[in-house]
Amino acid sequence: MADMGNCIIELKGITKTFDDQQVLRGIDLNIYENEFLTLLGPSGCGKTTILRIIAGFIEADGGELLFNGIDISKVPPYKREVNTVFQKYALFPFLNVYDNVAFGLNIKKVDKTIVDQKVKKTLKLVGLEGFDKRDVTLLSGGQQQRVAIARALVNEPKVLLLDEPLGALDAKLRKEMQVELKKIQQEVGITFIFVTHDQEEALSMSDTVVVMNEGKIQQIGTPVDIYNEPENRFVANFIGESNIIGGNMIRDCLVRFDDVDFPCVDKGFKENEEIEVVLRPEDIDIVEPEKGQLVGEVTNVVFKGVHYEIMVETDKRQYKIHTTDIQEVGTKVGLCVDPDLIHVMYTMEY
Amino acid sequence: MKKKSRVFSFLYIILCYLFFYVPILVTVVFSFNSSKSLTKFTGFSLRWYTQLISDQEIMAAVYVSVSIAIFATAISTVLGTITAIGMSKSKKVLRDTLLSVNNIPIMNPDIVTAIGLMILFSSMMIAKGYITMLLAHVAFCTPYVITSVYPKVRSLDDSLANAAMDLGATPFQTLMKVIIPSIKPGIYAGILLAFTMSFDDFVISYFVTGNGVQNISIIVYNMTKRTNPTINALSTIVIAVILVALIIGNVVPAIYNKRKDKKVKMEENAN
Ligand SMILES: Nc1ncnc2c1ncn2[C@@H]1O[C@H](COP(=O)(O)OP(=O)(O)OP(=O)(O)O)[C@@H](O)[C@H]1O
Ligand SMILES: [Mg+2]
Repeated sequence: MADMGNCIIELKGITKTFDDQQVLRGIDLNIYENEFLTLLGPSGCGKTTILRIIAGFIEADGGELLFNGIDISKVPPYKREVNTVFQKYALFPFLNVYDNVAFGLNIKKVDKTIVDQKVKKTLKLVGLEGFDKRDVTLLSGGQQQRVAIARALVNEPKVLLLDEPLGALDAKLRKEMQVELKKIQQEVGITFIFVTHDQEEALSMSDTVVVMNEGKIQQIGTPVDIYNEPENRFVANFIGESNIIGGNMIRDCLVRFDDVDFPCVDKGFKENEEIEVVLRPEDIDIVEPEKGQLVGEVTNVVFKGVHYEIMVETDKRQYKIHTTDIQEVGTKVGLCVDPDLIHVMYTMEY
Repeated sequence: MKKKSRVFSFLYIILCYLFFYVPILVTVVFSFNSSKSLTKFTGFSLRWYTQLISDQEIMAAVYVSVSIAIFATAISTVLGTITAIGMSKSKKVLRDTLLSVNNIPIMNPDIVTAIGLMILFSSMMIAKGYITMLLAHVAFCTPYVITSVYPKVRSLDDSLANAAMDLGATPFQTLMKVIIPSIKPGIYAGILLAFTMSFDDFVISYFVTGNGVQNISIIVYNMTKRTNPTINALSTIVIAVILVALIIGNVVPAIYNKRKDKKVKMEENAN
């Protein structure tokens, strides 16, 4: 985890409505200096809207937006110390690659030789060395995206807003750019507010992940927290794959689901409270039938590259299991889970 | 069968072009005639051109036409472009209304616009002459600029302006450095249209002018009452000006694009 300083941006109860549709329903979020914060959520949940409010393109209907403790909701975008990498690039089609990247510095009347140095350096950073004179409209999607990153980065803002900046890249380049961006963020010491659909990208790059759904924050936490301790069914489902099972908390450290009592490590629930249990597919062990806490039959095996995805049908439900050992379809198997790999959460109210 | 129909379509095209261009050709040819005759070509001379240049009245009209076309184009381009940008940012109802209202002067017969403007100027006691003619030209050119600029503004991605402001450009800098360069083709089309409209206008100019201020069309109209081949010379010059404007409007963008393509190709090869 990066060492984080003071709170640089604070959102307090931000709401926004577009034509009767409530897009943000009270967003509370603190963003710290040097933090790599990721907004993660399904399409249409309001991620871009949050960035646009921070950048100043739209104004929130309610709530407060503080930058270093000062309310900036009335400050126009060109006076805010943030830069944006737009979801659809928004490159200037009438300028070449160099002039696109130099735009911000030229507006600030920076000395030409310094502009030249910075632009060249940034283009090199994003792997577009020698593309200076190219027409941006003739670049590939991935190249345009990198120009967009360079154009924002070259201004060395305090906060960089990135709206799915790697969306158009192929898997390999995407991985490279993830590493590159993370390195840039740590070296230059900029706060990144990063938007993505891709949970793997979010988990591997961020200091903090903010999971959103339908204009509400579902959970804020480190990638490890979000993955291991999802607060509700939505987060558990959205981050990674999981088996979610309804059950009851018999007492502290004992949970019952599928009519079997399992020792666990969760405490503080009411006696017999209805809860939901999350079992990650990789946390379930396949053992001999007589040694298993549950018993079932293998119904499907799919090779996924690193592991096999095995479906096991018990008399109550199907379990999804990830393991490196292959099983025959039709085999009777036992299933076991370690107490500390059972995660109990409150049932979600709908 | 197929061959026959091709011959017919070819003939048809030839006839059309003859119909369009013979009158123009006749005018051009007879402007170089050495005699006053409009039926017999007696030999090549630049007599009518020298007479044209030495004619104070005609030269004054040329000056009026050219200067009015330039000023009217400049003013209506600025007005029309700003209006088009403003329209694209306004509510749908207002936008649609403005667009329809904008089409009325374009569809309206010139004579109606002309009489309307004439009555307006009279009722406001504005002395008719150069200024009224200029105002009238601005009035009828602006809708053309709006129609050619507006579609470009509409197709402009909002995020471009956002990106400019994000990078520190004030709204005015955004207008000058991002919005206007993006809609340039529309503005050029508007300029060309406004210039040709203004330069060859007769009806409206005729009704709103006064105090002896005449443009080329008016003087040509007055001259046709006597046979005078200087009109041919003058018309030829007008045709030449319009031709040059059209060439600039059509060929220059094509050359520009080609050169850009070439440059890109060269760079790709170099890389
Ligand atoms: N200018 C607007 N006018 C009306 N509705 C809008 C506007 N901008 C966004 N919305 C709506 O707000 C909701 C949230 O949009 P937003 O762009 O923030 O989603 P997102 O989380 O960024 O989605 P994606 O991952 O697809 O980019 C959507 O339902 C969208 O239709
Ligand atoms: Mg978005």
